[in-house]
Amino acid sequence: MASSTRAFAMTEAALPRPLLGRLLRGAAARIRGREGGFPWLAASVLATVLACALLGPWIAPHSAGAISLAEAMTPPAWEEGGSAKFLLGTDNLGRDILSRIIAGARVSAVVALYAIVISGLIGAVLGMAAGYFGGVVDAVISRLIDVQMSVPSIPLAMLFAAVLPPGEAMVIFIIVLSYWTWYARIVRGEVLSLRERDFIALARIAGVGTSVIFIRHLAPNLLNILLVLATLQFGSVIVFEAGLSFLGLGIQPPQVSWGGMLADGRNFIEVAWWLITMPGIAIMAACLASNLLGDWLRDTFDPVRRQI
Amino acid sequence: MEEASSDASRSDRTGASTGGESILPSRRAEGARLLEVRKLKTHLFLKRGVVRAVDGVSFDLAAGQTLGLIGESGSGKTMTGLSLLGLPPKPAGRIVSGSIRLGGTELAGMEEEALAESVRGSRIAMISQDPMTSLNPVFTIGSQVAAPIRAHVPENRSRAAALDLAVQELDRVRVPSARARARDYPHQFSGGMRQRVVAAMAIACIAVMYAGRIVELADVDALYGDPRHPYTQGLLASVPRLGRRKRLVSIPGNPPNPLALPSGCAFHPRCPSATERCRNEAPPEVTLTAGAGDSRRVACWLEA
Amino acid sequence: MPLLELDDVACHFRVPGGLVRAVDGVSFVVEKGETFALVGESGCGKSTLAKTILRLHPLVRGTIRFDGEDVTGLRGADAKRYRARVQAVFQDPYSSLNPRLKVHTILAEPLRAHGTPRRQVGPKVERVLSLVGLPASSAQLYPHEFSGGQRQRIAIARALILEPDLVVLDEPISALDVSIRAQILSLLEQLQQELGLTYLLIAHDLALVEYAADLVGVMYLGEIVETGPALPLFDAPGHPYTQTLLAAVPHPDPSAPRGAADIRGEVASALTPPPGCRFHPRCPSCMAICSERAPQVAAVSPHHAVSCHLH
Repeated sequence: MASSTRAFAMTEAALPRPLLGRLLRGAAARIRGREGGFPWLAASVLATVLACALLGPWIAPHSAGAISLAEAMTPPAWEEGGSAKFLLGTDNLGRDILSRIIAGARVSAVVALYAIVISGLIGAVLGMAAGYFGGVVDAVISRLIDVQMSVPSIPLAMLFAAVLPPGEAMVIFIIVLSYWTWYARIVRGEVLSLRERDFIALARIAGVGTSVIFIRHLAPNLLNILLVLATLQFGSVIVFEAGLSFLGLGIQPPQVSWGGMLADGRNFIEVAWWLITMPGIAIMAACLASNLLGDWLRDTFDPVRRQI
Repeated sequence: MEEASSDASRSDRTGASTGGESILPSRRAEGARLLEVRKLKTHLFLKRGVVRAVDGVSFDLAAGQTLGLIGESGSGKTMTGLSLLGLPPKPAGRIVSGSIRLGGTELAGMEEEALAESVRGSRIAMISQDPMTSLNPVFTIGSQVAAPIRAHVPENRSRAAALDLAVQELDRVRVPSARARARDYPHQFSGGMRQRVVAAMAIACIAVMYAGRIVELADVDALYGDPRHPYTQGLLASVPRLGRRKRLVSIPGNPPNPLALPSGCAFHPRCPSATERCRNEAPPEVTLTAGAGDSRRVACWLEA
Repeated sequence: MPLLELDDVACHFRVPGGLVRAVDGVSFVVEKGETFALVGESGCGKSTLAKTILRLHPLVRGTIRFDGEDVTGLRGADAKRYRARVQAVFQDPYSSLNPRLKVHTILAEPLRAHGTPRRQVGPKVERVLSLVGLPASSAQLYPHEFSGGQRQRIAIARALILEPDLVVLDEPISALDVSIRAQILSLLEQLQQELGLTYLLIAHDLALVEYAADLVGVMYLGEIVETGPALPLFDAPGHPYTQTLLAAVPHPDPSAPRGAADIRGEVASALTPPPGCRFHPRCPSCMAICSERAPQVAAVSPHHAVSCHLH
């Protein structure tokens, strides 16, 4: 520990600290809240996304699909020619961007939640089995993980998009297929180290059955790490879904999604920058917020850091 | 007490060695005080409170001397070592007062950059990954045992003579084929053998730590032969030793909660001889003239 | 009366490099109410043997008899009945207790597994806590609220709650702070007397073994090379390995008498144990026959047996 601390301290001392870096670090600290404190801003961004998903139709100023060609390409309200009626402007068909972002939040959140729960469950169960039983079970599951991880996600998605009916279910399926390995790998590693803990052996010595060992001793000790993974994955899934939809492989119109909005707006980037910028900001904010919250959770659950 | 030897702060490894002498670090004037630690306090500021990890530690080290810091987990020995390097764990740890003088230079309060540049690694190094050993992996066993001998005894300054003495020392602690093994590096030794080598490295003094303070400091013979502090006495009586078929006497109670140290002498709730005074006032460090060695010190009201 | 009898027990592992003969033909008898200590360097197989007795590892050969009954191939309900009578305390009290469970849940778990009626659980937990010197209120706390010594008391309480006959103590004090080792050791002694327990003590610390054991088995590379009552064995060790082990104990006290000792080399690998006597490459008294034939067990006195060609 001493040597690594020293190495770290010396590297830090040796590095020049450019102004930009310091500013960025300051900004990050502000987003995260006080160093180590609860990241209020990140949490409220995520809460807003979830609120939009739940209450979308009631809080959106307009219907997401309402076309008004007369008001097409209205810039955001603060720009010249903008209107208070369309806070973030309109697209090429005169649809309200803010309302569409709110509607897109629903798709993003629903897809992300389903995908996380399903891939988390599959990954956790397979990871626990591989880690606990070892041997053949571990060999089979680990090879499955290796195979899955060596297949690139986008071509796989294109394959499934060609054979499956498009829509939310397909997007969720593709995301689960690409993400369960994440959970499985990390849970397996965690169980491998948990299994060596004496309380597992002592439970067996006491005559406790395998299912009880899984439920009482393994699962609760995995909850923290699963929660951290799920939070971190939320942002990643939103970006993945947006990517699929951007490529036309994901959510199909008339359903609104952030990725689809990007795809639609890309043709008008020179005349109407807000078409692509607004959903872009939504994607970035949701992803950043989930990463910051995930980082905070990870630090909070780390007993060593918690003491400080 | 097999944890005995840990974190022995080996002094001055100023490695500006030359030519054929390269395995032995060169040394400065004998007997000069190299390191003076005075009333060092390093505290850890945690959410749940302040841990006084090092709470007024003082000791001197001459060039070539070895001081063994012993104590249970949480007694402050590691934190003392880290403080000497200016590396109390960030961000909670901080040296709050006291002085660390290395060859006349004050280290406490020195800028991080200056410490890293001019002291750490070059003038003070720390080798303590394995708590059982304080051996440097890049020097041969023989040279490490010989180093203090060379610094201590003027007539043994030649490399060959010191090495001869080192081989004798290794023999004394029953390292087989000592002469051949002296040329080996620490990784070529088994754990038990390394322990024996550490024992051979002529540990001049041992400081027994409890709750962040040095409760007793004495040379090895005096400490084992005539322990003065009730904690040291308790430790020696509570460990089974081969051939001594006596009933063990346990020290009652548990090591103190570092966040809520007992008042007065921190050992008083576990001490068989505690008095009212021990409960209320922390004992001063008393220098004893009796016993071998020039610096025998006990922090106990029984001796005050 | 013998409680535990091992006859030619072997436990092997398959690893990428081949077959590890971690325990290879071990026989000994533990009498009721006694403390039998297995001692040896790390890697000698003593912990594997303990885990085999605890049914955490399968054995490839030999038989284990417990209280007169062959328990080697027990399955299902019979195996569970045996489990209740053989419990264990491990070295690390931090790893022994699930940090997410309250002490009450930890102590009640073995009872639940064996179908103890619910209303008996509370009183039993309370009783076992008082046995190990902890207040009944401890049951409502989590492990992190206790010090290392107190945790080891909880671990001992868990081992005792099923009222076992045999308790396997695998390095029960070596991970504890020095000042509380004697406390735990005295507690174990007192419990043994009060409850008539039999202990199988696994330890590397010879001083501890001399202090705590009635009988000692010295293990080297998966085999027992010497067994006998502790005090005579430590006074007059018959096997050269036992002699070197004893002579090599580092003494904290520099003025203590030192014997001559010479352990040559390092422990050989259990993957490729040396032919003949497994200790012969390191033995100071090695003879020609030692590398050719494994020695027979020879009795040097009624209870003291040595596997060495010198005897």
